[in-house]
Amino acid sequence: MLTLREMLVLVKGELLTPGLDLEAGCSKVFASDLMSDVLSFSEPGSTLITGLVNAHVVRTACLVDAMGIIVVQGKRPNAAVVDEAAAKKLPIIATGCSMFEACWRISGNLPDGMR
Amino acid sequence: MNREIVFRQKFEIQGGDFSRGGEVSCEVKNLLKELGLPAPSVRRAAIASYEAEMNVIMYAEHGVLDLSATPLKIRIVIEDSGPGIEDIELAMNEGYSTATPEMRELGFGAGMGLSNIKKNTDELEITSEIGKGTRLTMVVLTERHQP
Ligand SMILES: Nc1ncnc2c1ncn2[C@@H]1O[C@H](COP(=O)(O)OP(=O)(O)OP(=O)(O)O)[C@@H](O)[C@H]1O
Ligand SMILES: [Mg+2]
Repeated sequence: MLTLREMLVLVKGELLTPGLDLEAGCSKVFASDLMSDVLSFSEPGSTLITGLVNAHVVRTACLVDAMGIIVVQGKRPNAAVVDEAAAKKLPIIATGCSMFEACWRISGNLPDGMR
Repeated sequence: MNREIVFRQKFEIQGGDFSRGGEVSCEVKNLLKELGLPAPSVRRAAIASYEAEMNVIMYAEHGVLDLSATPLKIRIVIEDSGPGIEDIELAMNEGYSTATPEMRELGFGAGMGLSNIKKNTDELEITSEIGKGTRLTMVVLTERHQP
């Protein structure tokens, strides 16, 4: 199991929501830019990797009981989106990695069956 | 006694208001959680609610979500005034979507919403009248066996 803090290091990311708990273990990682995919296939306790930065990502992640969000490609959600995530206790990590690279860096450190 | 409604609330959904899209379903989820209903059922109901809410925002003018819950079932009815769905069977097909490029940019338009609703509900009824609107009745049982 990887914690969000470990993922933060793996993707050389920046935590946009300081103060939120990063120590809980994530059981799965899910990467997608399609909200319906996230809603149909992700499992509770997953970390969501996405290139989208709008408020719907935060609401979608919240609805599927995600542990946190990793935003790739150097994108930045605006302050309102970050505030909403913080209010929902959903950490957001921003990284310059591409979606593929972020997945690769994290999955290389996941035990089998957790991807 | 278990069958009595322990909770009921209505919410308004404004068509076209993407900035607030999903807020109603987040609230529905929190309310159901506070009622102490089992987390997996709450999650299923919230996902179905969100897909239906977003459809109102994307395709209709205005909608009302009517949430009621008993210890055994969660019932969500979403009725909208809007264009209606011409061919419901076609719309249910995974991948069928009339979403605009702008909607796709936001991460919608996979054509998965209705089938996702089907997957996450134990009962689903869709009725629609062209030019008038659409009504979805969704039921999630809180226990897998019949009440
Ligand atoms: N409330 C509604 N009013 C009018 N048309 C609707 C409504 N809901 C769905 N539709 C029609 O049915 C199609 C399929 O809907 P569905 O939710 O399955 O996919 P989508 O909304 O296009 O994409 P996704 O939900 O994956 O983001 C829509 O593209 C739209 O044409
Ligand atoms: Mg939809």
